[in-house]
Amino acid sequence: MYETNYHRASSVADAAATFAKGAESKFLAGGQTLLPVMKQRLAAPTDVIDLSKVQEMIGIEVSGDTVTIKGATPHYDVAQSDAVQKAIPALANLASMIGDPAVRYRGTIGGSLANNDPAADYPAALLALGATVKTNKRSITAEDFFKGLFTTALEDGEIITAVSFPVPAKAGYAKFPNPASRFALTGVFVARTKAGDVRVAATGASQSGVMRVAPIEQALKANWAASALDSVTIPASGLLADIHGSADYRANLVKVMGQRAVTAAG
Amino acid sequence: MSTVKLTVNGKAVSVDVEDRTLLVHLLRENLNLTGTHVGCDTSQCGACVVHVDGRAVKSCTMLAGQAAGCNVTTIEGLAKGDELHPMQAAFRDNHGLQCGYCTPGMIMSAVDIVHRHGGKLDEETVRHELEGNICRCTGYHNIVKAVLDAAGRMKVAQAAE
Repeated sequence: MYETNYHRASSVADAAATFAKGAESKFLAGGQTLLPVMKQRLAAPTDVIDLSKVQEMIGIEVSGDTVTIKGATPHYDVAQSDAVQKAIPALANLASMIGDPAVRYRGTIGGSLANNDPAADYPAALLALGATVKTNKRSITAEDFFKGLFTTALEDGEIITAVSFPVPAKAGYAKFPNPASRFALTGVFVARTKAGDVRVAATGASQSGVMRVAPIEQALKANWAASALDSVTIPASGLLADIHGSADYRANLVKVMGQRAVTAAG
Repeated sequence: MSTVKLTVNGKAVSVDVEDRTLLVHLLRENLNLTGTHVGCDTSQCGACVVHVDGRAVKSCTMLAGQAAGCNVTTIEGLAKGDELHPMQAAFRDNHGLQCGYCTPGMIMSAVDIVHRHGGKLDEETVRHELEGNICRCTGYHNIVKAVLDAAGRMKVAQAAE
């Protein structure tokens, strides 16, 4: 790792001010991606600003039909939260499948979203549930937030303070994990909103990061059942192809994970 | 350079380290606690697992500065004098180690697993929860046996306290 200056932020305002002072600052949340990347010298920030102890950024609130997870809340806390398990069990289940237990203790929702790895789990939940990303400057809808591989709508120095999820009527998540990294080879999140709309998002599949899956949405709108996807075909164009799986393989995974997600949702 | 103050195995310590120092290097090189191992460079193998404020984390994926003010327990802090921790004793009794390189991380993760699941631990859960710890001798069968054995012993020890 190249030399860097470590700062522990005491508040969101303190973090933003410290960030602005550094030549090439980076926010450090759980560090489960940033630190490995810094160890490989693929990132060399002059200053890292630690958000993980900012108390106003940690915690989960459920009020009415909204679940709000603050930006520096670790995956473990989301997975274990009684409130999340009750309001959106699929979201708690998704958090329990990220990485391994040690990663879930440190990794945070805000860090995962800001990184926007194309195979990360949370982006699928945000897009399918129609969540809103709250930053220290504004609110951004999930549609507007994800901009492709490792790219988001966040501006330099902008901090994800929380994510708000509308509670759906039904939701489910299923993923086929890469056996080594536990990242999604393909993961599909299905949701039926209380207004009756169906939204489906897939992660790990597309070359452009998380995506909505229109053919599955249409099929589930007509009939909310795993069998409704039997005759659905997912086009392989634009899907990822690597040593772990071809584009055709992933296209089929989108359908199969979609079916399992519907079964999980009930 | 920064001065990092933390508690390690119950003892308050103050160490001057470069800001880029990882927690694992502070433990091994500044405090000579070499029981915590570095097995990979990619945060995958789990040989470096220690407890930070009661949570089993990879000390190679945490800056030393992030542990400032925290309570850290390493493999050296588990035994009570000559009396092995029930997890250590179970690893010995069940031949839960071959080369032993992954063992400190396995034990620290396993203690955390038992703390979280208590008496509800079964083989499938242990295997699933050990995903972040790699044994290159592939000695998983006896590791899993050891963890299940220790879970029983830890319950008994807790009841006796």
